[in-house]
Amino acid sequence: MSLREELEGVPPAKLAVEHVSKWFRQKRQIVHALDDISLDVAEGEFVCLVGPSGCGKTTLLDIIAGLEKADRGQVLADNHPVLKPGRHRLVMFQESALFPWLDVRGNVLFGLKLKPGLRNTERREIAKFFIHLVGLEKFIDANVHELSGGMKQRVALARALAPNPRVLLMDEPFAALDALTREQLYGDIQRIWQERRKTIVFVTHNVREAACLADRVILLSPNPGRIRESFDIPLPRPRDINTVELAGYATQITRALKGHLHATVAD
Amino acid sequence: MKRALLATLFFLALLFIWITVARAKIWSPILLPSPRSVGEYLAGALRDGTLLQATGVTLRRLLLGYFIGLAIGLPLGLLNASSKFVEDTIGVLALGLQTLPSVCWVPLALLWFGQTEGAMLFVVVMGTVWSVVIATDTGVRTIPPIFARAARTMGSTPFHKWTRVILPASLPYLVTGMKQGWAFAWRSLMAAEIYVTILTGFGLGHLLHYGRELNAMDQVIGIMLVIVIIGLLTDKILFSPWERFLHRRWGTGRR
Repeated sequence: MSLREELEGVPPAKLAVEHVSKWFRQKRQIVHALDDISLDVAEGEFVCLVGPSGCGKTTLLDIIAGLEKADRGQVLADNHPVLKPGRHRLVMFQESALFPWLDVRGNVLFGLKLKPGLRNTERREIAKFFIHLVGLEKFIDANVHELSGGMKQRVALARALAPNPRVLLMDEPFAALDALTREQLYGDIQRIWQERRKTIVFVTHNVREAACLADRVILLSPNPGRIRESFDIPLPRPRDINTVELAGYATQITRALKGHLHATVAD
Repeated sequence: MKRALLATLFFLALLFIWITVARAKIWSPILLPSPRSVGEYLAGALRDGTLLQATGVTLRRLLLGYFIGLAIGLPLGLLNASSKFVEDTIGVLALGLQTLPSVCWVPLALLWFGQTEGAMLFVVVMGTVWSVVIATDTGVRTIPPIFARAARTMGSTPFHKWTRVILPASLPYLVTGMKQGWAFAWRSLMAAEIYVTILTGFGLGHLLHYGRELNAMDQVIGIMLVIVIIGLLTDKILFSPWERFLHRRWGTGRR
């Protein structure tokens, strides 16, 4: 693959989650984490998985990533079953998971070095491009501990984007950040998503965040994790999280979330 | 610069106290020789080559034993952290032997190997290995599992994961372990040299021992000074670069 193709991006992949169930065996009990989840994500779609803690949204993301195995059902990425992690589906974790023994450039290069068919000069070029894309060109030689929380997540984003995955999986990547930094990153992630056209599955418990980012919000409920409802968010982009229209969608989703919670408690 | 000055002043003050006490003749010069006589001994030993030769012999034993200890201890520690079986067998053994003061290996080494270089080497290796095993093991276990997960999603194979993620991630612990291993190796070698007279080479420990036999306190104190200085220098030369790297990258450690 040439440098130009790498920098221009690859077409996004479509995902199909088919009847996925998952159980966790713990010491005293078996936890039914996911129950018969089916979900299609179109090429280049931005989907948010929302739900209270324990609804299995992170588990579902791990299964799509190939980090966990489904006990039943399967996940298809472009019609190929997902059996193990692969660089076409990169994950951004809640904690940045940046490697402290590498500087910013080294972290972004980490995945690129594992990608065959590139010369090292090209890898460095690509790393520079993505560090620039997330606005950290001044910090390319900085150490991880010198960065703020928001900057760390930007590096993590650059690291996930650099090997040119077709799917980006994000597990509450902004949960640990302050509100102002988060709002900045909402803008960035929308801009980058539009530029780079990735299929994104984004896990969060923040309903407003989901409404701000997603084309479609999937609401999950716990015990066992099930898909409850799906909300399309047809607002134009880029979206500002503080608008009234967006608040309207968020309220609607929150109401549904609370309704299901009450229903579960009543069970 | 300011800190170097402070250290210099401190040691000058110590030297001054030593001179004053020695001058006052509170204790016999046989028990407390003056700095001058210690200096004269060291100068003499330097001139006739005894000191350099002994230092060479000691350092050769130390480095050889230490690196053998590392070569065994590091992989064993990694194995320990990755296999339950090893953990429940060799891990328990390592934990037990680590608590054993390294000088306790001397009688056993003497009986097994006789008064040979082999005995020396054995004592140093035993002094090093176990603390390196324990430190490596602790280091690997302390790594956040998310590092390995992140690496896997980027296409890291198990071998790549071990060499490029687990090892560098546990570096702070490895350096601590290597440092501790070094200290134990140094102590055990001195113990061995003081107790074991062998004809294949006179180390610093032997000089110390003969200083006692000859009632030559200037030699005893002189050699002790040399041992302290070697300890300080190796710390600076061997470990400082690593610690500076850790400090820069991780942002931890000394200010």
